[in-house]
Amino acid sequence: MPNCLVVDDSKVIRKVARHILESLNLQVQEAGDGREALEMCDANLPDVVLLDWNMPIMSGLDFLKELSRRNLPQPPKVIFCTTENGVDHIRAAVDAGADEYVMKPFDRDTLESKLQIVGVL
Amino acid sequence: MMMSGPSCAVERLGALLTRYTGQILSESRLWRIETSLRPLLRERSFASLDDLLVALDRDTSAELLALTLDAMLNHESSFFRDIGVFRAVEEKVLPRLHEAARDKKVLRIWCAGSSTGQEAYSIAMMIKRMGEMWDGWRISIQATDVSAVAIEKAKRGRYPQMDMQRGLPINDLLRWFTPVGEDWQVADEIREMIHFQADNLLDPRRVSGTFDLILCRNVLFYFPEDKRGIACDQLAKHARPGTYLVIGAGEMLTGGNSAFTNCRELSCIYVADRPVNLNGPCALRAANPLPPRSPIG
Repeated sequence: MPNCLVVDDSKVIRKVARHILESLNLQVQEAGDGREALEMCDANLPDVVLLDWNMPIMSGLDFLKELSRRNLPQPPKVIFCTTENGVDHIRAAVDAGADEYVMKPFDRDTLESKLQIVGVL
Repeated sequence: MMMSGPSCAVERLGALLTRYTGQILSESRLWRIETSLRPLLRERSFASLDDLLVALDRDTSAELLALTLDAMLNHESSFFRDIGVFRAVEEKVLPRLHEAARDKKVLRIWCAGSSTGQEAYSIAMMIKRMGEMWDGWRISIQATDVSAVAIEKAKRGRYPQMDMQRGLPINDLLRWFTPVGEDWQVADEIREMIHFQADNLLDPRRVSGTFDLILCRNVLFYFPEDKRGIACDQLAKHARPGTYLVIGAGEMLTGGNSAFTNCRELSCIYVADRPVNLNGPCALRAANPLPPRSPIG
């Protein structure tokens, strides 16, 4: 069963994402910011990360840059999931190594299709 | 005694849809008719479905009929819907077609039942993504749908954010779309690859010749078996040996479709492996004449 790390400072978003992801047969872990997410990745690398942009302590983009510096042989797929919907933000995320991008609000079909695109489903 | 009330009106409207488009409404869609038509009722100040039916009886312009039928049709569509099928088309079907026509360098594709255009645009973006192997080719994508309203939306190529999220890889969004307010506009370079036209699959008048690839996905199951046979005959009529046909998961070919053989290794994909013979016995086709020409196609 694929493992997804949901990184978002909103408990509500994490709860909604968990509900959808578990219905898609993914195991779910949660982190409230980029720093916590990095620690969780160091302990147990997930298959995919659903990543918010704006978070306290460490943003999603900084998390992604830190993760890239680790030069992991099999890095997790990273799907940004954010209210930052401008082209500049999307391009910055892709340039930093994001595999996909979800613009909030999202629904089950959206997450399912993005997970299929990155090959997790 | 004459029947009246919402249930009767729903059945009459369902019958109207079948008469003009050949499509039938399943039980699950029948009860949604009122919801589907509510915006039209509000816009035209009709108090009920019965009022709409009275107006339809009096309407001579066919505009109201077109709008009514369009509201009842299912326009559900998304970019790269069923991604596994699109991967098979990209990795297996298109390379085979490329090999087969490398001398003539002509590729003709028909999206039958294209709805609001996402499927046709997906195919166009896929061909672009495949790169220079198609350089110098004459590629045409014809996309038809019974709904003129859906075709107009498809021609416009502008989609709300939620539509962009479903199935469209982010690199395709960045490459081929520009934000316009809350929506996203497809690039002219992609839009110009596709010829959208309103047309009824049961009696296509704007489609001619044969195609290398036909996509008719999630369309056939809206037809009763007899009309499905007619639709399959039309698909076969526009195929030749080597033509690939893609249908929806769970859909079946019926009628005079003996030209198509299922590609065992490719789900939902068929290939025409012998000349099409539409003169053979097809009781379904003979027993059921075409419906009247739809005012929306």
